[in-house]
Amino acid sequence: MNVRAHMSMLFHLDKCIGCHTCSVACKNLWTDRKGAEYMWWNNVETRPGTGYPTRWEDQSHYRGGWELKGKKLSLRLHSRAGGLAKIFYNPALPTMDDYYEPFTFRYQDLFNAPAGDDQPTAIPISKVTGDPLDVQTGPNWDDDLGGSGIYASNDPNLAGVSEEVRRQMNELERVVFNYLPRICNHCLNPACAAACPSGAIYKRAEDGVVLVNENKCRAWRMCVAACPYKKVYYNWSTGKSEKCILCFPRLETGQAPACAHSCVGRIRYMGVLLYDADQIPSAAIVPDAQLVEAHRNVILDPFDPEVIAGARANGIEDSWIEAAQNSPAYKFVKEWGIALPLHAEYRTMAMMYYIPPLSPVVSVIENELFKLDLAEERHDFELFQRLDAARLPVKYLANLFSAGNEQVIREVMHKLLAVRLYMRHKTVRGAVNSDTLGYLSEAGLTVEKAEAIYKLTTLPNVKEQFVIPQYHRETAVEAWKDPLAHKGEVGFGAIQPPQRGE
Amino acid sequence: MTKWIKEKTAPTERKWEEFYRNRFQHDKRVRTTHGVNCTGSCSWQVFVKDGIVTWEMQATDYPALEEGLPPYEPRGCQRGISFSWYLYSPIRVKYPYVRGALIDLWREAREKHADPVEAWKRIMADPESRKAIQQARGKGGFRRVSWDEALEITAASVVNTIKQHGPDRIIGFSPIPAMSQVSYASGTRFLSLLGGVVMSFYDWYCDLPPASPEIWGEQTDVHESADWYNSKMIAVMGSNINMTRTPDAHFIAEVRHAGAKLVVFSPDFSQVAKYADYWIPAHGGQDTAFWMAVNHVLLKEFYIDRQVPYFTEYAKLNTDLPFLIEVNEKRPGRYLRANQVTDYSAVENGDWKLLVWDKNSEKARMPQGTIGYRWPNKDTGKWNLKMQDGATGEPLDPELSFVQAHDAVVDVELDDFAGNGVITRKLPVRYVETGHGQVAVTTVFDLILAQFGVPCGLPDETAVSYDDDTLYTPAWQEKYTGIHRDTLIRFARDWGDNGEQTRGKNLIIIGAGANHWYHNNLLYRAGIVGLMLTGSVGVNGGGLAHYVGQEKVVSQASWSTIAFAGDWGQAPRQQNTPSFHYVHSDQWRYERGFSIYDPKLDGAKDDTKQHTIDMQVQAVRRGWLPFFPQFNRSSLDVVREAANGGAKSDSEVIQAVVDQIKQHKLGFAVEDPDAPENWPRVWFIWRGNAIGSSAKGHEYFLRHYLGTHNNAIAPEMAEGYVNEVKFHPQAPVGKLDLVVDLNFRMDTSALYSDIVLPAATWYEKDDLNTTDMHSYFNPMQAAVAPAWESKPDWEIYKAIAKKVSEFSVRHLPGTVKDVIMQPLTHDTVDELAQPVIADWHSGETEAVPGKSMPKFRVVERDYVHLYDQMITLGRGVEKNGVFAHGLPIPVVEEYKTLTQRQPRMFNQQVYPSLATAREAVEAILALDPASNGEIAHRAFEIEEHKTGLDLAHLADGTRSTRITFDDIVAQPRRILTTPTWSGNVNQGRAYSPFTLNVEQRIPWRTLTGRQHFYLDHENYLAWGEHLPTYKPRPDHTMLDETQKSLAEAQGKLLNYVTPHGKWSIHSTFSENDRMMTLSRGGYPVWLNDKDSTEMGIADNDWVEVFNDNGVFVQRAIVSSRIPAGTVFVYHATERTVGIPKSPLRGKRAGMNNSLTRARLKPVLMTGGYAQFTYFFNYWGPTGVNRDTFVFVRRIEKPDF
Repeated sequence: MNVRAHMSMLFHLDKCIGCHTCSVACKNLWTDRKGAEYMWWNNVETRPGTGYPTRWEDQSHYRGGWELKGKKLSLRLHSRAGGLAKIFYNPALPTMDDYYEPFTFRYQDLFNAPAGDDQPTAIPISKVTGDPLDVQTGPNWDDDLGGSGIYASNDPNLAGVSEEVRRQMNELERVVFNYLPRICNHCLNPACAAACPSGAIYKRAEDGVVLVNENKCRAWRMCVAACPYKKVYYNWSTGKSEKCILCFPRLETGQAPACAHSCVGRIRYMGVLLYDADQIPSAAIVPDAQLVEAHRNVILDPFDPEVIAGARANGIEDSWIEAAQNSPAYKFVKEWGIALPLHAEYRTMAMMYYIPPLSPVVSVIENELFKLDLAEERHDFELFQRLDAARLPVKYLANLFSAGNEQVIREVMHKLLAVRLYMRHKTVRGAVNSDTLGYLSEAGLTVEKAEAIYKLTTLPNVKEQFVIPQYHRETAVEAWKDPLAHKGEVGFGAIQPPQRGE
Repeated sequence: MTKWIKEKTAPTERKWEEFYRNRFQHDKRVRTTHGVNCTGSCSWQVFVKDGIVTWEMQATDYPALEEGLPPYEPRGCQRGISFSWYLYSPIRVKYPYVRGALIDLWREAREKHADPVEAWKRIMADPESRKAIQQARGKGGFRRVSWDEALEITAASVVNTIKQHGPDRIIGFSPIPAMSQVSYASGTRFLSLLGGVVMSFYDWYCDLPPASPEIWGEQTDVHESADWYNSKMIAVMGSNINMTRTPDAHFIAEVRHAGAKLVVFSPDFSQVAKYADYWIPAHGGQDTAFWMAVNHVLLKEFYIDRQVPYFTEYAKLNTDLPFLIEVNEKRPGRYLRANQVTDYSAVENGDWKLLVWDKNSEKARMPQGTIGYRWPNKDTGKWNLKMQDGATGEPLDPELSFVQAHDAVVDVELDDFAGNGVITRKLPVRYVETGHGQVAVTTVFDLILAQFGVPCGLPDETAVSYDDDTLYTPAWQEKYTGIHRDTLIRFARDWGDNGEQTRGKNLIIIGAGANHWYHNNLLYRAGIVGLMLTGSVGVNGGGLAHYVGQEKVVSQASWSTIAFAGDWGQAPRQQNTPSFHYVHSDQWRYERGFSIYDPKLDGAKDDTKQHTIDMQVQAVRRGWLPFFPQFNRSSLDVVREAANGGAKSDSEVIQAVVDQIKQHKLGFAVEDPDAPENWPRVWFIWRGNAIGSSAKGHEYFLRHYLGTHNNAIAPEMAEGYVNEVKFHPQAPVGKLDLVVDLNFRMDTSALYSDIVLPAATWYEKDDLNTTDMHSYFNPMQAAVAPAWESKPDWEIYKAIAKKVSEFSVRHLPGTVKDVIMQPLTHDTVDELAQPVIADWHSGETEAVPGKSMPKFRVVERDYVHLYDQMITLGRGVEKNGVFAHGLPIPVVEEYKTLTQRQPRMFNQQVYPSLATAREAVEAILALDPASNGEIAHRAFEIEEHKTGLDLAHLADGTRSTRITFDDIVAQPRRILTTPTWSGNVNQGRAYSPFTLNVEQRIPWRTLTGRQHFYLDHENYLAWGEHLPTYKPRPDHTMLDETQKSLAEAQGKLLNYVTPHGKWSIHSTFSENDRMMTLSRGGYPVWLNDKDSTEMGIADNDWVEVFNDNGVFVQRAIVSSRIPAGTVFVYHATERTVGIPKSPLRGKRAGMNNSLTRARLKPVLMTGGYAQFTYFFNYWGPTGVNRDTFVFVRRIEKPDF
């Protein structure tokens, strides 16, 4: 057992409203500058849809992530030798069309236009060239089912969903959407790092944050291609790749990442997970259907004395172990089993987790009238009995969150619905009867667990949402400088800004 | 593979990480918020680095509410967090600008005339000059000028207009005070001291739900969003809370996990539908039909088949259901009045005391709490909801229904507007002896049963089943809503059960999607009936949560005194904007009147020639609605003439004015709005987009107000249909002399204004911000200095006022008297003015100010000292106290304290200073019961006196609280429980409206003092809206705005819907770089996929959307989530950014409002009668705009 600590974020998709406050928070802090305009370290996608960059999940085109060949993993992009061969030409890289040409408007014309015979307007222009631009795409182009026939219908995750259901999803009976916010997954087995010819990408030992060393990056852009989530971006101005840094300057000062802090839907949680690094190789090579379970097994019980001893042996601070014990991420992922990694089949072992969303009950059209597809007998939250009557197909969610394993999704959804049933019975009928307890046990929950899930889902304050351990920067600084000296000098130009080509 | 991965521990290899750490470092954080009518009132931290605002993040320190409620933080959405872009962006107004055509003429005139006022007068006197200025509007040619020059032009025009035309030709529009209360007050205080006109917004925006005053006598009073979490079943209709209440949406997501059911009604699969349990896509605007049938099921299953004690008890005590209605000639009539029956014939205000049938005494009896008890001369302390006889004090047990015991069963006629006819149903009645003989009466409840068609066991009654297609069954509603009866019945049963099991935790969240339809009042009433029947109003987690604008000025009592200069004895000229724009922008000239789409019951459809403008004129004459300019002469001249004629006292002046009116020597301006002497002349716009997103009928604004280019092609058609108004064959073009806009961005209004003054942003000024979505005071605070030459609104209006005072020394010296015309006013004794409609103008009654006609008040103006008055809090506050909800609250001590805290010398006396915005905030907080616990306690004592109830204990726990600006800068502070609102928020309880009414027995401010199912005003009887009813939507054949464009049409006719969008708050943020990038870089036109295929339109194609009103050109978004037959353009586009020329009309295409036109609903003009009595932003017709139809066609890539 090789115990490591990881800062993990968790997204309760049922609560996500797709507002993009997170995206703007991130942009304001990190990517509001030349060369970074098109970077959305945090973006939010409407699902079904094709995301950003468009159809990023189509690995037959982009060749991101890992492939299982027999019992061995290899980068889908190339073998190591193959990578060197493609170092100057890489067809799997997304192009500007897959992203978008950043644009703005010639606003100043509104002030400067001479008197004329018609009203002036600020025309759209490219941020790259400054020339007039015919805007054809953007980083959130298919928002809220915009262009549904082109984008939603071509969501790669609809694979395996029946033709009939796919057709209905374009009709009132079953039209549906949800949102998928995405940041870098700070994977345990990051393909970006594996693909980097310069060795510029590393995973921080203390918290698992994956970073591109801006001074070592040599602009090969293999990371951009190898990341199956397309979460490494090339800065055309500095000639360096950049990516989500999990707001480590904020984490180090006890603050949640900007995207999580600003999440007005309160969908995000942040906490420490302890994991067994020794198990990664074996967990990454199980068959698809077992990936979620194998992934869960890598995560360790922070209350287990053996794990605690192992953590201490690896130099993990007590405050981190305690944070792991109070971690909302641990509870949702491991204890309650309702949070899942995105696209486990990429085998990078993503360390950000998602609680899949509920959706309304489907309907039928009868005599040209809209009718909810409900059984005669009245039940609270019918979907508990008939999960297939939910507008979001189980298969679709499974393609996103459980490498296609529908059973995993069914278990999660049953738990979410059982908690709602339990709370309704408790607060409306004033009693929890045997029926209620039956629902809970059917979903694999107890009253205590249901209460705990309810509370952490709805009531947490900021401190309960984000359990951030103390960082010990003084011990890090001490490795190269006297912290007292650093106290007097920090900020005085000690930084080394990345230089193109260096 | 893991060997490929570098895990780094050595800090020495990671020094480069400083790169990002340094970016994150900042110099300071400042708490502030955004003032943008988003209802957020979110607490933000603004980060400053190197003196530059770099970004903003939400503050997360709201004081917690009671245990078991989720916290508010982090409040703040995608728009708010993108605001820092504006400060330094190229669309920022950095300097004062004046258009070249004007500045050249001005400088030329100033060369000739040393006196600026004289210079302005000369320019305006020359028709060619005036036209040159007007035609240049909106067409570029701005020039940067000095502040001094811009102020000089502005003040010169103001002073000249007062002299030449009268002060009420100067108008000002600024919306939604709550979002930045001092910035709002800066302009309104200036205008009120001046005698100018302050224009309303809440009704004009169609945010005002008229059903709320109709039923509750209340403008709007709603739940803070945390109270959603107390609900157990939520129906969302016409409110896309995920889009528009972004910081509040989490409570909905969360309450589902607390066991609540969520049902979403919206024709499109909306953002909130995504996590509904049931999504019910009832056809747009047809929610009325759905709820009427729901109510049918509720009445049958929860009142007739079986009784629910909670529901019955609630109905008896809190609604008008047990009150008695006269039935004459098969028609339900008016409430039986106390003075009609012998027992009570002599009671005070007997016209205004109503009766119930008491079970014990088997007689019509007179409960307390009706409006006659609200305004007593003698019989005080009985305005309460105790069910006891007001004359004897005996307890009453009101009979809800006469079904079991009656004198007779009669036929009653009920109106079927959809079927265009009358149906007859059975009704049990009792006979009551009155002074005019025996009359048949029934209860409101029995009428409701008849109206909803619920059989209750009366003899000869027609059986009605859910499957019968008769008014208002589940089967009946199918043809309107498109919703299967089974789905409706399921919903209704869930709704009833939930109400029964939770004692009223049924919540309707509703908004613009429902409120913008022409018959919105009926739609809302249908839903509210479903709430009242389930005992849900006045219950935490239950009731009607109507969210549209940020209308809640928590400190309205103290704030309104400052905002409208009541401290200097002024009576403001408050104008309802729907009427103003309908009349002055000449939109009335383009319609034939209302008969075709909103017929009265007694009129045939086409030939009655009843025009809305006639109703408007009558409403003004009767004192129902305000109108400015008030007279066809300057109001200053009118007083001067009266004085010359010998009138000495104010009352003599008023009598002289009334005499002049009666003798037709003095006319109301509304009777001849197109005559030049009645035009508005100078328009101030601040904090809003009056010519853009606030301009329904935008193209008519351009034509008739501004006199510039426009794209309207609609034919005029009012001629021959109007009677009360003088019709000029030639409509005036360009009524306005000057338009001044205070703005921080070059929006549509700024682009079309003559003078643009650079305003400070929300990160550059101090102010106060409150909302109905939460219960905290939030500050606005300067994080950095106002950038470039910008100034806060408070400072700009001070600067204008100073110039006006300066010019007044010569032009308006000394003090002058002004006579102000005001309508009969809600929350005053005017509520008892007109028991019946009687028109003085046609000789039906005497012309008595404040009774049969408007009120008049004489005030004194001191233009030379206007600036000093503006920045000094006058003694009127000390003398008269502050007011709200009809409660006068003394604040003598607090005024003294404030004088000591922020003294200012004026005329050798010390007053409280209002010289800075911050001082104004302090004054608001110090003098209001919501922020000063002692005043709250005092206010409850006064309410005790009015009601005879024990109330002051509600303020005991917070009596020592005093909230100051420093307090709210430190942390958001919670409002206090006060009788100026209706919710109890003690001990962290979430604000829920009307809980004080239900729990403490304080009456609603209505005719019966209870919530109204029935409305007995003559107008409601005449239009058939006395009972909750269904009226069909006006269609395009009735609205006269697509006929001409039909010839141009190559596309489909679609219903044009403009819901609030995701990437803007109204027009603000819409053009900002961030939001443009996250949307589609424009203002897309959303179309259904099948409609698009039919019209040959593909996603991202350019389309032209048009009707007779105007044209809009943008790209299409094609989506299966949009209902067929509908086009969505998210509300409040700008025409400044990325707008091409219209291929059809040749000129630059317009904006979303280019396709709309104002159309008023006459019944909502009713006045002088209980809750139907005017108040600013409270009552009156609203600016409906959902019933618009447009053509859509694909076009090739257009030119910019």
